[in-house]
Amino acid sequence: MLLDSVCLSQRPKLRFNSKIAEILASPRQSVPMESFSQNPSLWQPNRQASQQTDLLVRSILGLFSFVSVATTAGIVLTLFFETVDFFRVIPIWRFFSETRWTPLFASAQFGIIVLISATVLTTSIAIAVALPLGLLSAICLSEYASPKVRQILKPALEVLAGVPTVVYGYFALLFVTPLLQKIIPGLQGFNALSAGMVLGIAITPLIASLSEDAIYAVPRSLRDGSYALGATKRETIVSVVLPAALSGIVASVILAVSRAIGETMIVAIAAGQNATLGLNPLVSTMTMTAYIVQVSLGDTPAGSIAYQTLFAVGTTLFVMTLGLNVFSFWFVRRFREKYD
Amino acid sequence: MQSPTAVLSARSVSVYYGSSLAVRQVSLDIPRGEIVAFIGPSGCGKSTILRCFNRMNDLVASARVEGQITYNDRDLYGPKVDAVAIRSRIGMVFQRPNPFPKSIYENIAFGARINGYRGNMDELVEGSLRRAALWDEVKDKLRDSGLALSGGQQQRLCIARAVAIQPEVILMDEPCSALDPISTLRIEELIKELSGDYTIVIVTHNMQQASRVSDRTAFFNAEATDAGSKVGYLVEYDRTERIFHEPAQEATRDYVTGRFG
Ligand SMILES: Nc1ncnc2c1ncn2[C@@H]1O[C@H](COP(=O)(O)OP(=O)(O)OP(=O)(O)O)[C@@H](O)[C@H]1O
Ligand SMILES: [Mg+2]
Repeated sequence: MLLDSVCLSQRPKLRFNSKIAEILASPRQSVPMESFSQNPSLWQPNRQASQQTDLLVRSILGLFSFVSVATTAGIVLTLFFETVDFFRVIPIWRFFSETRWTPLFASAQFGIIVLISATVLTTSIAIAVALPLGLLSAICLSEYASPKVRQILKPALEVLAGVPTVVYGYFALLFVTPLLQKIIPGLQGFNALSAGMVLGIAITPLIASLSEDAIYAVPRSLRDGSYALGATKRETIVSVVLPAALSGIVASVILAVSRAIGETMIVAIAAGQNATLGLNPLVSTMTMTAYIVQVSLGDTPAGSIAYQTLFAVGTTLFVMTLGLNVFSFWFVRRFREKYD
Repeated sequence: MQSPTAVLSARSVSVYYGSSLAVRQVSLDIPRGEIVAFIGPSGCGKSTILRCFNRMNDLVASARVEGQITYNDRDLYGPKVDAVAIRSRIGMVFQRPNPFPKSIYENIAFGARINGYRGNMDELVEGSLRRAALWDEVKDKLRDSGLALSGGQQQRLCIARAVAIQPEVILMDEPCSALDPISTLRIEELIKELSGDYTIVIVTHNMQQASRVSDRTAFFNAEATDAGSKVGYLVEYDRTERIFHEPAQEATRDYVTGRFG
């Protein structure tokens, strides 16, 4: 047994050495064509060199993945320590129980609920716009559109996804708001409604394209099974295709929600900077991201309380999107259908 | 034995996919209450003809059906005929089991519900599962996903699902080809049990299966055309004993005895 393994490990080694000798002796190019089948020296993989390249490639790849992991860790740690510092000065119960957000005032209050309410408001409006729009375009694209319509609709959606958010912000402020003001007289110049609606348009392509992928992935055999029972196209889509694609659709919506929560430019430009508690979409309001922009642009000295609120708000934002992503991960794992 | 009335009857049916002819000039009658097997080499158009009977070919954009098919003496492709309604009278079971990603119960209730069933759903589900010889295996887990069953159980679920809408005809396209021999035998028993109440057309590559379950057998073959493509046609259609023991055509004898070129 032992002898066997020794012999086995010996033999290739010997051959390996003689191979190297051969390689050194005869460069590849000089092998004549006739000897293709007989001459073993035509096949001389340079194992050592390829092992070294392998190692090099692996360390480079490892380095890059380490950089991204380290960045994430760095961000989380910075957020964490600065937030802890903040809560040393301002007790956490004040953060969660106060109802005004005035960190820059003399009588400072730190009710994060104010900023959260604004974020929830704009995000809800955005989803109310993007969910029907995105899902319907996904269904239309995958089930109803003729190739010609598809050829127009799909690039149009992609363009929508490529528009810079600052452009969306000015579109909301200078076009949508005046338009809405004609219908709703009491609408302020900065308001959550217009910002939320445009935010919804901005995230529609995300829902549309991810949902379309999910719908497209539903196997044809399932649709056939439904049609063969005498189902109409609508019944098949509603009762078979959409439920089968549900996990993908939900994942796309959650991704869109976390995009909407984190979206900064549109709300900073069109929703205003007025930190008020409440869910009135007609007035100016300040989301978490808009607050971060406001403070970052001002000249707040590092270490001051106002400076540290940035991190407390940032952490809140981070925890919210993280929670959504974890939920989405769990949901997809739990409800994904496996087809073979 | 006198010839029973035909439920489905095809007259000179040819099917094209795009511009290429896939099957030409098929004429046959499917008698009520009998089991008809379609056999023949791969690509000879068995599935294509089968799918004409419940108008599943309508769903393939490139497919075009010529000739005439009548269902209970009415033109199946007539202008007033609703393909959706036809499919609830002529059910289909596919080669690969394709239960919906829903509970076992819902898999069966779905078809009944869309077809406007007004009776007791629990009874229908139980009855259909019993019919498909699946009840005892799943009665305690009706709320579990249909996808959690084994392949053979899934296929019986698909048969139960087809039976639940109480069709007149059930078309089966190689229903056992993805199954092990024991599941296959169970499904064959099931098919025999269903005959009488239902007219069944079954496509199979398994000669023994055709001879075991069917009353009549249609043998299809394909021949090369001048253009180099293959076109299928019906070689012979007769009572199963005749097809297997004294076929009229040489090609049929070669095929059923396994000497096929
Ligand atoms: N959707 C389709 N589009 C184009 N051609 C098709 C389509 N379906 C089938 N065909 C062609 O029609 C011919 C008959 O196919 P069909 O599936 O009916 O054969 P079959 O007898 O069922 O074969 P198998 O035993 O392998 O299932 C084949 O040449 C096939 O390439
Ligand atoms: Mg087939």
